[in-house]
Amino acid sequence: MVALSDYLVFSAILFTLSMAGIFLNRKNVIILLMSIELMLLAVNTNLVAFSYFLNDVSGQIFVFFILTVAAAEAAIGLAIIVLVFRNRNSINVDDLGSLKG
Amino acid sequence: MTFEQLIFYVLAGIAVIASLMMISVNNPVKAALWLVLAFIATAGVWITAQAEFLGIVLILVYAGAVMVLFLFVVMMLDINLVKLKEGFTRYLPIGVLASVAIFAMMYMVLGPAHFGLDKTGEPIKFSADHSNTTMLGLQLYTVHAYAFILAAVLLLVGIVAAIALTIRRRPTHEVLYQDIDKQVKVQAKDRFKMVKMKATKEEPIKKKKEDE
Amino acid sequence: MLHFILTVILLSPLFGSIAAGLFGRKIGRRGAHSATIFSVVVSTVLSAYVFFEYVFNGAEVYNAALYTWMVSDGIRFEIGFLVDSLTATMMLVVTFVSLMVHIYTIGYMDHDEDYDHSNAYYQRFFSYLSLFTFSMLSLVMANNFLQLFFGWEAVGLVSYLLIGFYMKRESAITANLKAFLVNRVGDFGFILGIAMVFVYFNTLDYQEFFDRLAEHEHTMMSFIPGLEWSVITVMVILLFIGAMGKSAQMPLHVWLPESMEGPTPISALIHAATMVTAGIFMVARLSPAYEMSEAALAFILVVGALTAFMMGLLGIIQNDIKRVVAYSTLSQLGYMTAALGASAYAASMFHVLTHAFFKALLFLAAGSVIIAMHHIQDIRQMGGLKRHMPVTYWAVLLGSLALIGFPGFSGFFSKDSILLAVNQTDSWGSSFAYTLLLMGVFVTAFYSFRMFFLVFHGEESDYVKSHKIHESPKVVTVPLILLAIPSVVLGWFMIEPVLSGRYFADAITVLPSHDVLANIYATQFDNVLGFIMHGFMTLPVWLALAGVALAWLFYMKRPDIPAWIQSKCTRANYVLENAYGFDRFNDIVFVKGSLRLGRFFWRSIDMRVIDTGMVNGTVRRVSDMATMFRESQTGYMYHYAFVMIFGLLGLLIWALW
Repeated sequence: MVALSDYLVFSAILFTLSMAGIFLNRKNVIILLMSIELMLLAVNTNLVAFSYFLNDVSGQIFVFFILTVAAAEAAIGLAIIVLVFRNRNSINVDDLGSLKG
Repeated sequence: MTFEQLIFYVLAGIAVIASLMMISVNNPVKAALWLVLAFIATAGVWITAQAEFLGIVLILVYAGAVMVLFLFVVMMLDINLVKLKEGFTRYLPIGVLASVAIFAMMYMVLGPAHFGLDKTGEPIKFSADHSNTTMLGLQLYTVHAYAFILAAVLLLVGIVAAIALTIRRRPTHEVLYQDIDKQVKVQAKDRFKMVKMKATKEEPIKKKKEDE
Repeated sequence: MLHFILTVILLSPLFGSIAAGLFGRKIGRRGAHSATIFSVVVSTVLSAYVFFEYVFNGAEVYNAALYTWMVSDGIRFEIGFLVDSLTATMMLVVTFVSLMVHIYTIGYMDHDEDYDHSNAYYQRFFSYLSLFTFSMLSLVMANNFLQLFFGWEAVGLVSYLLIGFYMKRESAITANLKAFLVNRVGDFGFILGIAMVFVYFNTLDYQEFFDRLAEHEHTMMSFIPGLEWSVITVMVILLFIGAMGKSAQMPLHVWLPESMEGPTPISALIHAATMVTAGIFMVARLSPAYEMSEAALAFILVVGALTAFMMGLLGIIQNDIKRVVAYSTLSQLGYMTAALGASAYAASMFHVLTHAFFKALLFLAAGSVIIAMHHIQDIRQMGGLKRHMPVTYWAVLLGSLALIGFPGFSGFFSKDSILLAVNQTDSWGSSFAYTLLLMGVFVTAFYSFRMFFLVFHGEESDYVKSHKIHESPKVVTVPLILLAIPSVVLGWFMIEPVLSGRYFADAITVLPSHDVLANIYATQFDNVLGFIMHGFMTLPVWLALAGVALAWLFYMKRPDIPAWIQSKCTRANYVLENAYGFDRFNDIVFVKGSLRLGRFFWRSIDMRVIDTGMVNGTVRRVSDMATMFRESQTGYMYHYAFVMIFGLLGLLIWALW
């Protein structure tokens, strides 16, 4: 049998990797967005696993909503990237320092 | 190792490797493709956990729609890849260190010590004709109906926002826009004008005298 | 009936003052002086009636409240009357001298170079005079400390207003400010004394206070651990500090010479006859309390004697006619205070009475001279005025004889009884005090007749020759004559009842062991004539005569001698001209000291600690911190992400530890 801990550790690995992705690709906004998607995926995996082991469908409902939000977020995030690129001709994070205090 | 375990580990392994590739490749297009692979493998993992509907949705919506959107954007933008990869190795040690530390601590909490089979017991296995979709649907349309509607509104807002953000009006001397309002309101007299003019007699052009 | 009469006596001058002060422009000059003089006449006549009732018919002591302001925790705050022979006497003196001054003022203030005729200064002056009369009456008629304090401060206020009456002269403004401030020092002690009465006796009423005195006879208190003081001693000394301010005893006397910047009528009324004796009156009124403290009496005796002698010495070198009289006032106040210290309260009050008349007389006469001299006050520019101003001449002569204590004049009786009393008493410092007072008699005679000779005898000065000097109008001379009468004869009637203790029997308490006057009465007094004859046989009278003779020698026969002495004793002259350096001391220690203290607080505390440190410092720290936080906002997304991740790491470590 696959244990709950297997699912959880799997999601932890995915989460850690996506975090490392944020560290490593700190200049490329698109990959940052992808890492965030991956992070959400890891969280969702957690929810699915708990739903399975607790025999409660609410966890999956939660995942459903998270997917919805993530989709909307991805759409808007990409729209913003397009807009940024159009205005600055770059998506390098280093060029996006207008909010510097 | 049971077959079930084999399936899980293979899929999990694919997902992990795909994510690893995603964060390390240079080209965003390739990264997106690796991410798609990671999504698909994870969807498989979800299906082993009896979340069939969500697994399918993940493939259809994420791998099918969202990631395609990513690819579109990546291809639309003219990105200087060399610049973007700068400093990749600079933060490698600290990134790895922080990630390993966090993973270690998550493992301490989530690992077999707390969530092993002996602690959680066996999950209930549904029969083959059990419908995960029905179960979700029942919950969504009854208990979570309100939240469901809100999610729909959220998506609508997402659409409007994305369009509003990216729409671009260029100066009219560059691009001509269609003004439907004007087109509908326009009347014949605006376009067609009767002009009255005197009839003119044809007169031959005088020829210059060559000697003048 | 008596209650009604007393109320009228008290309030009548107040109404006069309001009429002249608030409606002065409407009622005009005539209206103003008519209204105020009428109100004071009412008071004087009724006071005379009260005086007659108490002193001759021996009426019962009257102690009743006119109005109760509030009652809190059993303490009554009220306006009331305590009338006995002491009060009745003071009332008559105050109202009578005030009346004389009112009348005199009509002549004195008629023309004024500081104001034009359309200014209502004349009405204002009369209003102040009546207001002063009201304040002084409320002081002497009080039956409780609250009203005493009210009167005390009210006379101080009117004194302030009147010293600065010539508000266009800078010297007058600084003089009235000085008077006010120095009096505040005394009043600080005074109000502390009243506070002690309040705390220990839980009453402000005189009678209750006297009744409870015995309870605290042995109560001790301590400000500094290990040093214990008798409560009553501390209390009466604090009250006496108030009296030192008001009655101008050293070292709080510095304001009185400068108060001569005010118009002469008020110098006579306030700074000679009445207000400055308020301190003496207060001590006599509280005699039961003072009797219980030997230490306080000794202190009073020494302060009084020092003032009497040292201020008299200063009178010798003054050239301003009013200042001479002012220093003589200081000196005489010292005599009164010394008498209080010798427990001879009756003698002290007796001297207050006689002094009120002859000093008012001298001041008004000096004012008359000033009028005649067109407001020149320097006695060196006068001389030979006798021919021009016979009435004033006689007034000054009689006043001066009374002042030096020439036998038969009122001042003789009062001053001689003081000297006898101080000689008799055996308290600490009494022989020292007696010596000082004896020398004071000589000095008094010397400076009084120095002024007299310089002003009225001798060569006519250039100014007198070149100007037409004539006698002052009737409104000036009539008060002089009226004041001269009691100055001469008052002593004859009063010496026997005063010495025997009958006069103030119902008002003043003296312990039998302190009762020097009764002792004198028993051993040295048989009748008035005998007392006068006896006076010729004692040292004081001869000292006084010697002073007169010396003045005659120095200023009539050999004017070169004083100049020679002055050139030889430069150091002594310097000390006297600087009035022993009290002003300089105050200037250096208090004025400069407080300036320096103020500058210290301004520079160090206010500017450095509060402004720079607390106010601007807060702003700067906020600004610094804001800069710090601002710089932490790099604007780079991955920085925020890092912070979040490390935060997560920290949270996990904290949670799992």
